[in-house]
Amino acid sequence: MKTKLITLTAVAISTLAVADVNAGSRLLATSGVTQLEGGAGGGLTPWAVISGYADEGEYSIGAFHTSTDVQDFRLKVNGVSASYDNRFEISAALQSFEIKGVAGDLRQEIYGAKYRIYGDAIYSALPQVAAGIQYKRLLDGDIADAVGAEDSDSGIDYYVSATKVHLAAVAGYHFLWNATLRATQANQMGLLGYGGDEESGYTLQPEVSALVLLRDDLAIGAEYRKKPDNLSAFDEDSFSDVFIAWFPNKNVNLTLAYAELGSIAGSEDQDGFYFSISSWFK
Amino acid sequence: MIKKLIYIAALFSGLTCFNVAQADGYYQELGGKEGVEKIVDNFINEISFDQNIVKFFEGTDITRLREKLIEQFCHESGGPCEYTGDSMKDVHAGMKITKAEFNRVVELLQAAMDDAGTPQTAQNRLIRSLAPMRPDIIHQ
Repeated sequence: MKTKLITLTAVAISTLAVADVNAGSRLLATSGVTQLEGGAGGGLTPWAVISGYADEGEYSIGAFHTSTDVQDFRLKVNGVSASYDNRFEISAALQSFEIKGVAGDLRQEIYGAKYRIYGDAIYSALPQVAAGIQYKRLLDGDIADAVGAEDSDSGIDYYVSATKVHLAAVAGYHFLWNATLRATQANQMGLLGYGGDEESGYTLQPEVSALVLLRDDLAIGAEYRKKPDNLSAFDEDSFSDVFIAWFPNKNVNLTLAYAELGSIAGSEDQDGFYFSISSWFK
Repeated sequence: MIKKLIYIAALFSGLTCFNVAQADGYYQELGGKEGVEKIVDNFINEISFDQNIVKFFEGTDITRLREKLIEQFCHESGGPCEYTGDSMKDVHAGMKITKAEFNRVVELLQAAMDDAGTPQTAQNRLIRSLAPMRPDIIHQ
C-alpha cells in the first residue's frame, strides 16, 4: 500500500515536471480552472474563458476532479471538458453530494455548453464575453421532492459572463475580474431540485470573481456567487471562497480554496476546504 | 492671486508629470541598458531554438534585429531611446502570423526575461506595453 502511494506520488510529480505536452497554444493560466458544475472559470462560477488552451483551429480535451468537505456534507465532482477554436466549450460533470453519517448520496449530472461571443480577455479593450447553458439532471430526486422542490428531475441554467485581464494593473501584477449573470431555478445548484414553494420560476443571480497573478503560474483571488432561496423548508445562502491556483504547466492545474457555503439543507454556516485538479491531455 | 494660481497649477502639472513618469517608466526595473540587452540576447537565443518561430527570421539581419529590439524595449519602458525601426505592421506584412505563433513568441519573451532575472512586475509591464501591437502583428 505504501509502495503504491509512493509510486503514485512519483508519477504525479513527474507529470508536473514535464512541460506542456501536446497542449494548445494559449498562454499559461488562460484556461482558468474548473468550476463546481464543470465549466471553465473560477471554482464557484463559470467565466467567459473557454476551457483548455486551444486557440484558433485547435481543440482541447481535459478532465477534472473537485472535492469540498464541510461540517455536514461532502461534494465530489468528476467530469470531462472539450473545446474548439477558443470558441466553443462542452462539458459533462457528475456531482455526488454526501450527507455525513447517512448512507448513499445525491447525484446530479450536468451537461454544459459555452460559446464565446466577443473579445479576448487579455488583448481586446473590452472584456471577453461568453454565453452558456447548464442542463442539470438529478439522479436521486427523492430528497428534492421531500423538501418541496417544484421539479425534482431536471433544470436548465443560462448564463452570460464577462472576463477581463488588466495587464500589470495592480502594482505591476496582472489582475483578472469576471462577472457572470445566471438565470436559474436550481436549489443548491440543483442538488435539491429546481424551483420551490416560495419561488418557482427563474431568478437572476450575480456571480463575481477577482484575482491577481503573483507569477505567470500562480493566482490568488476570491469569488462570490449569489444563489436563489426558493424553498420555505430551508434557507439558502450565497457561496464565497478565497483561493490559490497553481498552473505548473499547461497539462495540469491545482486549486486550493477555503469556501463558505452558508446554510445547506438546514445545516448552518457550512465552510471548509475545497480542492480541485484539472488535466489537459490535448 | 493669479500668480499664485499659476504657480499652484504649474506645481500640480509638474507633480502629474512626475507621477506619469513614475507609473510608465520601468526601464530601470528592466535593469537599464544592460538588462534590456540581456533580455533581447536571451530572446533571440530562445527564438533560434524554436523551429516553428525561427522560420520567420530566415534572411533577417540579426545584428539589426537585435539593435531595433533593444531600441524598442528601451523606448517602451521609458528609457532614453528612440525606436528607429519600421512599423510593426510593415515588419510583419505577408508573414500570416497566427495567434498560436504570436502566443509562442510571448512565451519565448517570458522565458528570456526569466533567464535575465527580470522581476515579475517589470516583465508584466513590458508585456502590457507590447500587447497593443498584437493587431498589427497577427494575420498580416
